[in-house]
Amino acid sequence: MKLTFVQINRELVRALERLLGRDGVLSSREDLLLYEYDGSVEVARPQCVVFPRSTEDVIGIVRLANEYKIPMVGRGAGTGLSGGALAREGGVLIVFSRMNRILSIDIENRRAVVQPGVVNFELSRAVADARLHFAPDPSSQKACTIGGNVSENAGGPHTLAYGVTTNHVLGMKVVLPTGEVVSMGGAAVDTPGYDLTGLFVGSEGTLALVTEITVKLTPLPEAVKTLLAVFDSVDDATETVVDITARGITPAACEMLDGWTLRAVEAYVHAGFPLDSAAVLLLEVDGLRESVETQATDVAEVCSLHHAREVRVARDAAERDLLWKGRKNAFGAVGRLSPTYYVQDGVIPRTKLPATLRRIDEIGKRNGFEIGNIFHAGDGNLHPIILFDARDPRQFKRAVSTADEIIQHCISVGGSITGEHGVGMEKDRLMPLLFSEAELGFMRRVRDAFNPAGLLNPGKIFPSGKGCGETRIRPLPVAGSVTG
Amino acid sequence: MRAPTKIAGARLTDIVGEQNSSFDPGELAAYEIGGLTPSGMARPGSAEEVAGLVRMAAAERLAVIPCGARTKLKIGLAPERYDLAIDMTRLDRVAAYDPGDLTLGVEAGCGLTKLQSVLAEHRQFLPLAVPWFRRTTVGGTIATGVDTPLRQRFGMARDYILGMEFVNGEGVAAKSGGRVVKNVTGYDLHKLMIGALGTLGIMTKINFRTFPLPLESRAFVARFEDSKGAFELCDRVAESALAPLTMEIFSPQVSGLFSSDVAARMEPKPLDPGFLSPKHWAFTSGFAGNEAVLSRYERDMTGMAERCGAAGVTVLAQEQIAAALGRKREFIPIALESSPATTILKMGVLPRKMNEILARAGRFADEAGMRWAAMARGVGVIYFALLPEALDENARSRAATIAEQMMAAVAALDGHATIPWCPCDWKSSLPVCGRPREDFPQMAKLKTLFDPNRILAPGRFVGGL
Repeated sequence: MKLTFVQINRELVRALERLLGRDGVLSSREDLLLYEYDGSVEVARPQCVVFPRSTEDVIGIVRLANEYKIPMVGRGAGTGLSGGALAREGGVLIVFSRMNRILSIDIENRRAVVQPGVVNFELSRAVADARLHFAPDPSSQKACTIGGNVSENAGGPHTLAYGVTTNHVLGMKVVLPTGEVVSMGGAAVDTPGYDLTGLFVGSEGTLALVTEITVKLTPLPEAVKTLLAVFDSVDDATETVVDITARGITPAACEMLDGWTLRAVEAYVHAGFPLDSAAVLLLEVDGLRESVETQATDVAEVCSLHHAREVRVARDAAERDLLWKGRKNAFGAVGRLSPTYYVQDGVIPRTKLPATLRRIDEIGKRNGFEIGNIFHAGDGNLHPIILFDARDPRQFKRAVSTADEIIQHCISVGGSITGEHGVGMEKDRLMPLLFSEAELGFMRRVRDAFNPAGLLNPGKIFPSGKGCGETRIRPLPVAGSVTG
Repeated sequence: MRAPTKIAGARLTDIVGEQNSSFDPGELAAYEIGGLTPSGMARPGSAEEVAGLVRMAAAERLAVIPCGARTKLKIGLAPERYDLAIDMTRLDRVAAYDPGDLTLGVEAGCGLTKLQSVLAEHRQFLPLAVPWFRRTTVGGTIATGVDTPLRQRFGMARDYILGMEFVNGEGVAAKSGGRVVKNVTGYDLHKLMIGALGTLGIMTKINFRTFPLPLESRAFVARFEDSKGAFELCDRVAESALAPLTMEIFSPQVSGLFSSDVAARMEPKPLDPGFLSPKHWAFTSGFAGNEAVLSRYERDMTGMAERCGAAGVTVLAQEQIAAALGRKREFIPIALESSPATTILKMGVLPRKMNEILARAGRFADEAGMRWAAMARGVGVIYFALLPEALDENARSRAATIAEQMMAAVAALDGHATIPWCPCDWKSSLPVCGRPREDFPQMAKLKTLFDPNRILAPGRFVGGL
């Protein structure tokens, strides 16, 4: 007898409840509404939400999803910015928030094994007494999970010097969408065989559900100096970044906020950004005491050479934290100003920064949008923020085409469509701008080799052939939310 | 193994031209791998020609093996079949170099010395201080996954490769990543190519992040009566705020290897007599920075070495470093030429377990009456070289026993071991690929996907992939 959709749903929910307990499953409409969103502008509602506590639970969920032939999607804290953790085609949303234990910490060998639901910052906090930390530091690090970081290969301001998530993951235990459990990599380096860990990190939850992660821990620097360089023109700020890179100076972080963005942030966070400036660079140098002083002087000199009107050095940890609070809460600040905003994540060669920023300004003006810029300048990873009102369908359409124009420019100068947010369901239609049909076809076959029934996180990364009109925009981001 | 299939010469020359192909047995002998010599060789001049060759091979079921300067063909298992050698050395262009962006795109057949000299013009470099440095190509370096002393600071190639173009086993040109320093667009297929011995695809172009050359560097050597003190110093440095460029520990036997004629041929610069001593274990570390930083390293390392019971310390100045780094870099080729049957175990272990593992390996070798020498890297990698006096059954059997003992010992401590180098005839009876791994079926899946006709270096990789 063929079961109806509703019957399947009811039966599946009952089976999931038997597996996980009643408090491990959500299926009422009002509960599901909360899981329609992540940090992006996308919306998609799951059929039910489950909270596994162990790898065995995950295996059980995967088996049921296969039995009922419904999609399954992994999710950490839901702070992602590309719809990666949304159930685009419905199905079971597997939320890892209860798999949040740090399983082991090995201070001597600088390793930790964690469950995917461990919050990024919590791991760093747990090892801070040993003067270690987990280096990837997305702006959402106080909320986002390491499982999510692994799925998206998350970056952050300090990845300029320390690398992104993939550089810090040594091994994983995963549940394949077929229900098999596989351990890859390990605590020791140079595991023999193909680099499966390297393939799975950043695969946006389309190849496997990760249930354990072995990471490297990194020593905290002995000394840190944070500088705020203030400019009267955006060009001077971007030229400074180009010059710092060309001189071979690698700061630990090099972030830029343009005048519009810093004024929005200042009104909200009071970080001390000068309201009348055109742009600021937030620069950090770290390392041995003996080198930090010199590096700071070198960086300050380059800033002055490019007409910085002021280079301020944070006097103490409190001032440093405040400057970083301004940077990391910027998206929350922007949320106070506009009903909706659309954040892009294009990457460009760093030498192209000045011309690209001018181009973004021109594109915004031509399309009638205010575009703010706050981004990882040292990496060339842009985050233009387009403010618009999603209630106006024409404005929404124009916002999307404006964003596309920016991305196309990034590609035309040798860049890429996403530096750290992932392709997800937001940028899948842009993939053909970078990859040929044959190249995408080959990547699809890699996905299908591990995800043969296509039940794990369907509708992500690869263009579905649907137009951008499918994208729905949520009303208003919560002010103060931590994203970016 | 089977005899190579005869290749239709006209088809080969259609693709690469007569002057870039060969069927001459004399010339082909240089492409021998594991006792097999191919029946043809082609030297493609473009990625399109590589794709054309692979499509032809796929259609005719010819087994192809890509190679560069052929310095590391002894790594890996003997191929099941081998019909056509694809010599990549004509693809040797620096395709794109943007010094201002610190990024580089280079064809796989480009020699490392040529590449580093291009970078040096802009005071930049790639941290690929790999064995056979003066001859090897970029592609060979990446395909074999050999490591470098500089990994202590810069990580492995996977950490600074930004993207890649390659041809898969169906002759389809593919790419992943890009040439920007941060990029999460699509799957990181290029990571699979690193160390895969050409069994998944043939790399045609590799994009790197480059690094500024350090202004001033020095090296520190501390000598110890036993290994314990040397490893303790290694642990102390790792725990400290210091971030050296290199950190290696050498067993006393390495001193003899490094001062031999073989070593002088590999790295002609004379070695400072203070570098290694035949009576001591040595901790060696290179570091860079301004004068204040260099003094800090010297001061801190000296203090730590004394507390660890060092018998003596030496600081090598900038001009003495090249010879020392050169020998560290060339440890493997020097060891290979120091015995007729050198067998090198590579062990990946947790850094704090290195002393225990190495002590056991030394004991097993001593008990078997086998000469040995070892180099350990601070990140947790040990190269343990067995140096038998003769290439005979007695030596093989003793080497096999030691290898099995070490495989078990390393596995018990969450590590792993392989035998990248040993006499060709021993490969079938030594645990060359290490112990079977749980993720092997997933690797086999990838091999089938990338190379459905099983024509890319078949049988060369872990588990006969």
